Amino acid sequence: MIELKNVTCLYGRRPAVHHVSGRFEPGSMTAIVGPNGAGKTTLLRTIAGLHRDFEGQVIRNGRIGLLPQTPSLDKAFPITSAEVVAMGGIAGLGIFAAAPAPARVSEALQSVGLAGFERRLAGTLSAGQFQRLLFARLMVQDAPVMLLDEPFAAVDARTTADLMRLLHRWHGEGRTIVAVLHDLDLVAREFPSTLLLARDKIAWDRTAAALSAEHRLRARLVAEAWADDPALCQDAPRLDAA
Amino acid sequence: MIQFLFEPFALGFMRRALAGCIALSIAGPPLGVFLVLRRMSLMSDVLQHGILPGIALGAVVGGISVPAMGAGGFLAGLTVALLAGALSRATGGREDSQLAGVYLVALALGVAILSAQRGVDLTHLLFGSVLAVDDISLLLMAGAATVVLPSLALLWRPLVLESFDPDFHRATGGRGALVHLGFLALVVLAVVSGFTALGTLMSVGLIMLPAVAARHWGETLGGQVIAAVVIALAASVIGLLVSYHADVPAGPAIVLSAGALWIGGVLAGRRESLLRRLVRQAHYAG
Repeated sequence: MIELKNVTCLYGRRPAVHHVSGRFEPGSMTAIVGPNGAGKTTLLRTIAGLHRDFEGQVIRNGRIGLLPQTPSLDKAFPITSAEVVAMGGIAGLGIFAAAPAPARVSEALQSVGLAGFERRLAGTLSAGQFQRLLFARLMVQDAPVMLLDEPFAAVDARTTADLMRLLHRWHGEGRTIVAVLHDLDLVAREFPSTLLLARDKIAWDRTAAALSAEHRLRARLVAEAWADDPALCQDAPRLDAA
Repeated sequence: MIQFLFEPFALGFMRRALAGCIALSIAGPPLGVFLVLRRMSLMSDVLQHGILPGIALGAVVGGISVPAMGAGGFLAGLTVALLAGALSRATGGREDSQLAGVYLVALALGVAILSAQRGVDLTHLLFGSVLAVDDISLLLMAGAATVVLPSLALLWRPLVLESFDPDFHRATGGRGALVHLGFLALVVLAVVSGFTALGTLMSVGLIMLPAVAARHWGETLGGQVIAAVVIALAASVIGLLVSYHADVPAGPAIVLSAGALWIGGVLAGRRESLLRRLVRQAHYAG
């Protein structure tokens, strides 16, 4: 379970996410959507413990599995695909943790369509293959909570469908899935619940309700740019007041 | 030929120099590979200058004593590395500009302290003297290698994770700052251990040049580390032989040998070399 209590994520004094409260229930599958600059990635990074400049409270139970945005990775680092996947089996378990068995790594690679890629340098993979590699790492990590930041960026439709099947499988196993996404059609088709963010929480509900025309219009109307001379937040009741 | 290769090492001081260089060649290059891959090459420059005021203060406090100067250099190197990082965080500036500022001040401070001391040969500290390696220096080099290798083995996984995917590392409970600091401490130890033999300015040569050269031979991380160690060992032996037969200072001869092997890699290495660009090979069918 992940609970957000009046979370405001800041860049200096500027809020990227403003007074958001709510819960990602255990076993839920939620998409975080919103226009550019809505604070989606910042909120996910805050939940993952990567963005430390925030007010409010983030309560997390259970190990976190993370699929970060590709640009944050050093693809020039000379590491093989098998080694990347094996990272999932040792991350967070200390320096003496036993490495996952090669068979388990190969199985994970196979399940994302990368059988035979074990010795291939990760940096030589295409963008779509690389994304599948990160899914294989997530699979080996076997965490109860999985955070995914734009998992289908640079991935073709067929691969997206394959990876969505994997997400549904993990959801079916009782894991909590939280994914930052752009494709509203995909979200409407595949995700049971949605958090629509536009710096403030516009809606956090079943997907059909969250993505109603009214909510989408409100999200669109939020100015993307920060105001030049903003007023101080008085911590007044917000859109998301619970 | 056999005489050419083995005659120099019949002499005790040459064997001692060789043993010291072997220790440096095993400990330093793996760290150099990580420095290169983590885009921290500037850090090696900073540390080689940054340890000088510590060595100078060690000489002031303990006289010309390898343990005193070594401890001073180690503390100064760590201070410089931490200070540059803290300054860049505190001011929001880029770390490389803070590093440049810190190491220039450190170098000037070291030279000023040493110049005020009588009986300390600045040239010797800056450029070392491989052939004057004594028991204590040899112990420092071997001891540093003994500490660096198992420590790097323990740090290997978090260091790879932190280098490749820092967000994933931190999100899964990894302590990136601690890993970075531990790694820097090992680099400082390796640089300090080489200062009696190669001097503060050139001890980095046997850490960085083999690592840079290894990129042209090794494809994977493990391959690059092995290649770097082999290149450093070869540079040490070649440098000592050249030094003995051509009567040139051993330290520069070793670093020049490493430089020659690096240029060899640039020209004709297995990867990303000029030869590979000029001579096209038949491509595979699939």
